[in-house]
Amino acid sequence: MNSLKKSVWQDDDASAADVDPHANALHSHLDVLEAEAIFILREVAAECRNPVLLYSGGKDSAVVLHLAYKAFYPERIRLPLLHIDTGHNYPEVIDYRDRMAEHYQCNLQVRSLEDSIARGTIRLRHPLESRNPYQSVTLLESIEELSADACIGGARRDEEKARAKERVFSVRDEFGQWDPKNQRPELWSLYNARVIPGGNLRVFPISNWTELDVWQYIQRENIELPSIYFAHQRDVVRRGEVLVPVTELTPPQAGDQVETVTCRFRTVGDITCTAPVESPAATIVDIIHETATARVTERGATRLDDRASEAAMEQRKKEGYF
Amino acid sequence: MTALSIASAPTTQTEAPANIGLLRFITAGSVDDGKSTLIGRLLYDSKSLHADQVSAIEQSSLKRGLSEVDLSLLTDGLQAEREQGITIDVAYRYFSTPKRKFIIGDAPGHEQYTRNMVTAASTAELAVILVDARKGLATQTRRHSYLAHLLGVKHIVLAINKMDSVDWQQDIYRQIVSDYQEFAEALGLSNIVAIPMSALKGDNVVDASTAMPWYQGPTLLDYLQTVSTLADVSNKALRLPVQRVVRVMLGNAANQVIGDDEEFRGYQGTLAEGSLQCGDTVMVLPAWRSSQVRSLKLAGKSVKKAVAGSAVVVELEDEIDISRGDIIVGNDQPPKVTRELDADICWLAEQPLNPKAKYLIKHTTRTVKGLFGELHYKINVNTLEQHPQPEAVHMNDIVRVQIKLQQALFVDTYAENKVTGSFIVIDESSLATVAAGVIV
Repeated sequence: MNSLKKSVWQDDDASAADVDPHANALHSHLDVLEAEAIFILREVAAECRNPVLLYSGGKDSAVVLHLAYKAFYPERIRLPLLHIDTGHNYPEVIDYRDRMAEHYQCNLQVRSLEDSIARGTIRLRHPLESRNPYQSVTLLESIEELSADACIGGARRDEEKARAKERVFSVRDEFGQWDPKNQRPELWSLYNARVIPGGNLRVFPISNWTELDVWQYIQRENIELPSIYFAHQRDVVRRGEVLVPVTELTPPQAGDQVETVTCRFRTVGDITCTAPVESPAATIVDIIHETATARVTERGATRLDDRASEAAMEQRKKEGYF
Repeated sequence: MTALSIASAPTTQTEAPANIGLLRFITAGSVDDGKSTLIGRLLYDSKSLHADQVSAIEQSSLKRGLSEVDLSLLTDGLQAEREQGITIDVAYRYFSTPKRKFIIGDAPGHEQYTRNMVTAASTAELAVILVDARKGLATQTRRHSYLAHLLGVKHIVLAINKMDSVDWQQDIYRQIVSDYQEFAEALGLSNIVAIPMSALKGDNVVDASTAMPWYQGPTLLDYLQTVSTLADVSNKALRLPVQRVVRVMLGNAANQVIGDDEEFRGYQGTLAEGSLQCGDTVMVLPAWRSSQVRSLKLAGKSVKKAVAGSAVVVELEDEIDISRGDIIVGNDQPPKVTRELDADICWLAEQPLNPKAKYLIKHTTRTVKGLFGELHYKINVNTLEQHPQPEAVHMNDIVRVQIKLQQALFVDTYAENKVTGSFIVIDESSLATVAAGVIV
C-alpha cells in the first residue's frame, strides 16, 4: 500500500459542511492506518463466506468495531460479533459490550467457557484458575458451530514478540494452530483470503497500530469505552509489582493487605489474569500522555499470563489462541 | 544535534504524533553486519523501549554469559529463531518520535531469504542497507540493492556500520561510497544517502558521533525523520479497483442504511492513484461505460473530494453493471487491458513452479486463472546476470516470465503504479501464495 502515504483529505474546493473533520490532518498516520484497516475489513467481507468479528468489549475490539462501521457504511455491519466469554468479566465491560452491539445493530453471539466446561472439553485444574488459556477451546468450538471461515480480531503486532511476525491474514488449520514456519508471505495489500476446507483465517485489521495509535484514534473518533479504562478507586492487593484487584474471584489471601488505590486498566480480559495499573488518568488526553511516556509495555504491566516464559504467547498462538 | 534533543525528550510525544506521517522502511543485511544491533540501537537510543523490554534483554544477555547488554536480542522474535540464533522471517517493529511514526520491516539477510526481503520491500518507502566497513561492498549488498530496486523502493540509506572497527577512517568510508555509487548508477538507483556509523557504540544512529568529526551529515534517525517520501501526484491517472458493491434497497431492513433512508448503490474501494471528486466523469472497465460521480463517501461521511490512499464509496449517476474486480478510471490514460502479462516474479514457495499447472493470479481486487508461458530468463541476484530459458523455477528465484490469463486484467507497469502493477500467484490446490510479480 505504498500509495497510502499520500492519503490526505483535500478540502480546497469543498464547502465546510462537506469536508471531512480531519481535512487538515495532512499525511496523518491515523488516516493511513484507518484506510489500511478499512481496506482489510472490506477484503474479508468480499472474499470470505462467513466472517465473524471477535468482540470482547476491550479497547482494541472497540476500535475494530468502529472501523467496521466505517468500512461498510452506508450498509450496516452485517457480520456477527462473537464474544468468547470466560465468565470472569467485569460487569462494566459486559454491559458496554451489549450496549455497543445494540448501538451498531449487530448480531452479537456470546459463547461461554462454562458451556465447554459442561461439555467436558475444558477441564479446569482448579475453579479459580485463569481461564484465558482455555478461550482457544471455546473459540474453536464456536468457529465450527458458526461455520466461520474467518475471525476478525483486534490483535496488534506491537503487543508481543510472537505477534511481531503475525500476518494480517493468518492461516490456521482445523485445530486452529498457528505454524510460524508455514505462514503465507504477504506483499503489498494483496491479501490471500483463500483457505482449504476445514481451515480458517484470523484477520487483524489493526496489526500495524501501536497502543498509542489506538488511544489517539479513540480520542479523534470519540469512541466510547468501558469505564474501567479510566481512573477509579479500587481495592487491590500488591503482589510484587502487580496490583491484584480484589474481586469475588480473586479474594484476598490470609495476610494480604488490602488497599484502595486510584487505578485503571490498560488491557481488559479475564479478571483472574488482568491487573490494573496505578494511574490518575481520568480522560483520554491523560491516558495518551501516560501511554506516550509509559515505561512498561501494555502486556508487561498488566497481563499475568504472558509472563510465564519468554515464549508464552508463541506457545498459546500455536494452540489456537488469537 | 537535533537527534539528541529528540531522543532525550520523549515526553513531547503527547502533542506531536497527531499530525506526523508514517514511514515504512526495511533493514537489509545479515546478522554479521550488525543489523539486529542497529535496530536495537535505534529503538534503545530513541527511547522507544519500555523498562520491561530492557530488563528482558538484560536478563537474556546475562543468561548467555554476555558482559554487555546485547541489543540484537530485542529483535529475535520466535523461539525457533532464538534457538538457531538467526532471523528466519520478516518481523515488523514500531516506534515513533515526535516527528514521525515508523514501521520497520526487518528482513533477514541470507541468500535463501530473498523472498523475505522481497516481501518486506513491497510496502517499504526506504531501505537501510547495511555494509560492514571492514569488508566493504559484499555480494549481498548488491543483492539487497537489486531487490530494493526491483520492488521500487525509492530511498536508500547505505549504512556503513562497524566504523569503530576501522578506527573511524574517512578513507574507508569514501571508498565504499564511491564503489557503491558506481554500482547504484548502473542499477538505476537514486536518492542514496551514505552514513558512517557504529551500531554497537551508538555513533550516528540516533546520537551524532564525536569520533568522526569529518562527517557532517545527518544521523540515521535524523534522516528517517526528515526524508520526504511524497511523490508528485498532480498528474496521476485515476485508478479505483472495486472492492465491494453495496446495494441498499428501500424498506429492506436486512440491509438497512445507517442515517440514510434512500435507496443506494455504491462501490467501495481504495483509491490506488489519482483523486476523485463529485461530478467527475469516470470510465468503468471492463464495461467501457462512462458516467459521473454522484456522491462520494469516506470513512462513514459524505465528502466532495478524496485523494490517493482513501478508502471511499462511490455512487455513479448511471446504472452500470459493476462487480468486484472491475476498475473505475479516468477518461484519459486508461490502464492496459490485457490477457498476457510480462513480469518479474519472485518464487516464494518450496514447491517449484509447475509450467503445466494453472495458477490463480490476484491483481488488485480481481482474481483470474493464469498459465505460465515463456520463462524468459532467470536473474542471478548476486551478479545480476541473466540466464535465458531456465529449466526450473525454485524458491527465491527471480525470473522474467510471460503469463497467459483466462480473463483480462487492467494493468499498469509497476514503475507507473505499484497497486495496478503488482500481483500475487496462488496455487490452486494448496491455496498458498507461491509467487509475487511486478509488471514490466
